[in-house]
Amino acid sequence: MNQQNDYYQTSGGPATTLPVPPDIAPEHTLNGHEWGMLSFLFSEVAFFSTLVVAYVTLHNDNLSGPTSEVLSLPLAVATTSLLLASSFTVHLATHALGHGRNAIFKLWWAVTITLGIAFLAGTAYEWYGLVVHDGLTISRNLFGSTFYTLVGFHALHVSGGVVAMLIILGLSLAKALGQAESTGARMVSWYWHFVDVVWIVVFTVIYLA
Amino acid sequence: MSLADHPSAHADAPTSPAGVDLASRLRVWTTTVDHKRVGIMYVLMAVVFLVIGGVEAVAMRIQLWSSDLEVISPDVFNQLFTMHGTTMVFFVGMPILIGIGNYVVPLMIGARDMAFPRLNALGFWVTLFGGLLTYFSLATGGAPAIGWFAYAPLTETTFARSAAVDFWALGLIVAGIGTVTAAMNFVATILAMRAPGMTLNKIPFFTWTMLWTSVQILIAVPPLTAALVMVLFDRELGAHFFDVQNGGSALLWQHLFWFFGHPEVYILILPVFGMVSEIIPVFSRKVLFGYEFMAAATMAIAFISLGVWAHHMFAVGLSRQVDLFFIVASLLVSIPTGIKFFNWLATMFGGRIWFASPMLFCFGFLSMFLIGGLTGIMLALAPFDFQLTDSYFVVGHFHWVLIGGTLFGTFAGIHYWYPKVTGRMLSERLAHWQFWLLYIGFFVTFAPMHVAGMLGMPRRIFSYEPDRAWEIWNQLATIGALIQAPSYLIFVYNLVSSYRHGKIAGDDPWDAWTLEWTTSSPPPTYNFGTIPTVHSRRPLWDTKHPDDPDWQYE
Amino acid sequence: MSGVFASGNALLAAAAEEPWHELSIFEPASPGGAAIVRLALLVLAVAALIFLVVEGILFYTIARFRHRGGSSDTPPPEPPQVYGSNPIEIAWTVAPALIVFFLVLVSARTLWEVNAAPATSRNVIEPLTVTVVGRQWWWEYRYQSYDGRKLAFITANELHIPASSPERSRPTRLLLESADVVHSFWIPRLEGKVDLIPGRTNQLWLKTDVTGLFLGQCAEFCGTQHAHMLLRVVVDSPEDFDKWLAGQALPAVDDPQQAAGREAFLSESCVNCHRIRGTTARGNYAPDLTHLMSRQTLASGIIPLDETNLRRWIHNPHDIKPGCLMPAFGLSAEKEELIVQYLLSLK
Ligand code: HEA
Ligand code: HEA
Ligand code: HEC
Ligand code: CUA
Ligand SMILES: [Cu+2]
Repeated sequence: MNQQNDYYQTSGGPATTLPVPPDIAPEHTLNGHEWGMLSFLFSEVAFFSTLVVAYVTLHNDNLSGPTSEVLSLPLAVATTSLLLASSFTVHLATHALGHGRNAIFKLWWAVTITLGIAFLAGTAYEWYGLVVHDGLTISRNLFGSTFYTLVGFHALHVSGGVVAMLIILGLSLAKALGQAESTGARMVSWYWHFVDVVWIVVFTVIYLA
Repeated sequence: MSLADHPSAHADAPTSPAGVDLASRLRVWTTTVDHKRVGIMYVLMAVVFLVIGGVEAVAMRIQLWSSDLEVISPDVFNQLFTMHGTTMVFFVGMPILIGIGNYVVPLMIGARDMAFPRLNALGFWVTLFGGLLTYFSLATGGAPAIGWFAYAPLTETTFARSAAVDFWALGLIVAGIGTVTAAMNFVATILAMRAPGMTLNKIPFFTWTMLWTSVQILIAVPPLTAALVMVLFDRELGAHFFDVQNGGSALLWQHLFWFFGHPEVYILILPVFGMVSEIIPVFSRKVLFGYEFMAAATMAIAFISLGVWAHHMFAVGLSRQVDLFFIVASLLVSIPTGIKFFNWLATMFGGRIWFASPMLFCFGFLSMFLIGGLTGIMLALAPFDFQLTDSYFVVGHFHWVLIGGTLFGTFAGIHYWYPKVTGRMLSERLAHWQFWLLYIGFFVTFAPMHVAGMLGMPRRIFSYEPDRAWEIWNQLATIGALIQAPSYLIFVYNLVSSYRHGKIAGDDPWDAWTLEWTTSSPPPTYNFGTIPTVHSRRPLWDTKHPDDPDWQYE
Repeated sequence: MSGVFASGNALLAAAAEEPWHELSIFEPASPGGAAIVRLALLVLAVAALIFLVVEGILFYTIARFRHRGGSSDTPPPEPPQVYGSNPIEIAWTVAPALIVFFLVLVSARTLWEVNAAPATSRNVIEPLTVTVVGRQWWWEYRYQSYDGRKLAFITANELHIPASSPERSRPTRLLLESADVVHSFWIPRLEGKVDLIPGRTNQLWLKTDVTGLFLGQCAEFCGTQHAHMLLRVVVDSPEDFDKWLAGQALPAVDDPQQAAGREAFLSESCVNCHRIRGTTARGNYAPDLTHLMSRQTLASGIIPLDETNLRRWIHNPHDIKPGCLMPAFGLSAEKEELIVQYLLSLK
């Protein structure tokens, strides 16, 4: 038994007659950051599930005005592919970071940011059309209420991810990423994958159903 | 006895040396990221809100003394129970448990702090801010009068014009964010920062329950946040989620609220199960009976409680099949709870029970929580609940579990860990006074409510008809509340006066077995000089009995 | 104002045979209520048993294993440590599981007994169907049909239903709706609660052999005057019920002596909210006043309906029911008197 803990020594008694505890096998588990991020994402799942439930139960209960038929599927498919692609690029970026290839990391990271922004632009364009041409607002009817809330909260999360990625990009342009920053980048990439998965659900529920 | 070496143990402890001026002391506290100080602040905040919520309750009890009193107007009465319920659940129950967890969990698992100390401090301030926001609704001319579960469409602008509801919703959203960050922190701390050797099946039981409480928070609080956002969107942006005139749904709110609300009540009891599972063994001088079964029961409760929410909605006219499902699910909870109960009894059985104040409160918990659990069983039988729901019987049930369960258990925990936190013992004499006044007062307050409920008295009424035979039960309840009140005063006085004059505690006054008792009282900022190594669920037992350590039997 | 409450209620209490009205759920007057009482007594007994056993063990353990002697602030020595036992754990998992299983069975049986639609047979007549609309803070009753006849009148705050007899069952079917927020219909002696939820229609079946007055009140918090949203159900003998139905179906009495009062009423904003059938008052926001004086109480049961109280009500409803949704109008004394006299004629 290794004696890193002085307290077995101090507890007295001749060491030979005492039972010797088994060796401690080192535990393999995620680290604190990873557990923290996972539990955060877990709570986010609960949050978005609620919004999805509200959409599913209410979007058809409106009394008047435009409903999901005014949505443009081609546009949604386009933005969806942007987001899916960004999940791929963020993976390439963190992979590169893990192998110490900083230039490649920066490249893919920047591409991811661009894709994220493009997605947001797509959403903005969609909303502009809905509000101006179709007269669909959050207060128009229940489809508006549930649609804008669900898609809006998703877009908010995308924006949050873009900001976080921009910060890390800024850091990585200024200096090489240290241990803490690369963990940060990796965690942001987890978050980004999550945002992507949520979108797949949102897309399925709103645009495909 | 203190084995970790801590050269400057007392130098940075939360006791302030004389001569330090108030301003810098305040700065230390407001900028701290030390889990122990954060924990203390959580508990103090909760105690302040407990007194506020209690005074609100006493005001209601005075109004209900007799059928023709008009001390309090209807609107004010409705605001009182809304704020009383909201305060007690969100700003007393949750913060006090999270606070104790904050203080104790890192010490118990041999960690130097929580996984994210700054997030931890932020969580506290956000929770406090949420509480203040909620009470800020008073500035709009009155608190909201919607009840703590705020059934739609009472929360719509049509029925609640003033901004009170907005502040209330905002306050709960903000506090909810604080709660979720705390839960994330607990999960990360417990899963990633345990001392070497402390595998998941060796963690102290309180830590285990905090883990599952956190999981429940992560699942249950975000839906409430989302639902409150919908309320705000309805009110501020003209959305229609709960606007029935435009197709919105009153029932959706009920489902969302209780999907949160039911797990919430277990969030309020699981940590308490953990605390008494620490205290009963120490004061029976015996190891916790059936640790693995207790651990499994905790998980079972956490999972089952996600599927019982509609037992709060039996009267809304769900189908009989749905009702039956929720009857079964609700009754199932009593099996793991029973396992816990019997294991506590088995722990005491054959022990040498030492009735110091923590154990006294555990006795209060055991003898009273059982009754609350059994009235819960009655409510879970849907046909009986058709009669009982929204009557004073329910009010009786939930105070029985919340005070007889949560509060008694929390007091046990506070009396148990106070010496660790302050380095001094609470006065046993005052603790006994507090206990017996609370025990008797609590009984006299809430037992008659069950009777009133079965005699047809609905809850949330500011006045009642004199021809209904409810008066005597209400008068008993009011008397009970007045018996309780001094017990809280004694408690607060004991906390304050023992801090200055209490007997010096030493590191391990209870001769206990978990890691927090290896370090000094109060512990140094960094908790442990050397991170301890653990071989069993009772590391200190191993130390104290090197000839017969626990790991041989686990 | 408290004086009004007190004296009003003293009158009510005096009118009743008992010193107080029975609202106990343990005095059921209907098959559904009785089924619940059977279930309740059963679960109370089961709970009492568990209570006695578990508290018994607790107190026994404390008495037997309490550490005596030694100083009260030093921990007692440690007894032998017992870590657990699988057979015991299994035993106390299985025993509660069996109890749970039993409770599920009995509550399932009761679940299908309460609020149950009557079986159709020759001695069950077509049910009385009434739509109940919960409103802040009073009850609207829209009579739909009875015994195969269509009914088409609306009344408020006092629900009349026919009594059944062993030979002939006269069930009542209530369709529960809400015009604003959630309310709950609860007559403890007749049935459990069913909520009235806006945007939804719930159903409640009532059936009783006992004639007389059954009280209750709204059981879901619904705003300021939730406490004063009282329920009164009058169970009439079939003959009385028929008489009552016939009376309610008539338009309002048109007493020529009250022509001035009638004019006064119709010229005021009362007509925007209230309805009096046979006149131009067609409001549908407030209680129907067509046969106001056929009711015994005012403002959903909180005070007896007599001349003084009616005057007080019209003078300022908020003296009696603060926060209620009828404003005070500041009518001139003569006008007020005219209107009161007119309303008193609405038998
Ligand atoms: C600490 C919080 C807490 C706890 C632990 C519980 C525990 C339980 N509660 Fe309670 N409950 C509340 C807090 C809590 N409750 C609150 C706040 C409300 C009201 C909210 C509001 O409306 O404002 C409420 C309301 C409430 C209702 C809704 C009533 C209504 O509005 O109509 C129901 C219905 O099923 C219910 C059931 C139960 C059950 C079955 C348990 C079970 O978990 C109890 C299990 C425990 C035991 C049974 C005792 C020990 C077991 C044994 C000794 C084994 C042997 C026993 C058997 C086999 C039966 N509760
Ligand atoms: C942890 C939770 C908790 C706790 C501890 C309490 C504690 C108390 N509660 Fe509370 N209660 C709830 C949770 C809780 N309650 C909830 C969730 C509701 C539902 C709300 C709703 O319907 O929306 C509720 C509702 C509720 C009602 C029903 C209101 C209604 O339906 O109309 C009543 C009525 O008597 C009541 C009474 C009391 C009393 C007398 C206490 C006492 O135990 C309080 C004793 C404490 C003190 C008295 C404070 C300390 C004393 C002093 C500092 C002394 C000086 C002060 C004075 C003498 C005034 N509560
Ligand atoms: C803004 C709408 C409104 C107007 C106008 C109004 N009332 Fe009312 N009235 C109500 C409401 C709402 C109630 C039910 C109050 C309650 O019980 O909570 C009511 C109740 C009553 C009752 C008691 C009915 C019962 O069954 O208990 C009487 C009588 C009455 N009003 C008479 C009048 C008279 C006379 C006028 C005109 C001078 C008038 N009301 C104008 C809304 C109105
Ligand atoms: Cu209607 Cu309470
Ligand atoms: Cu529940």
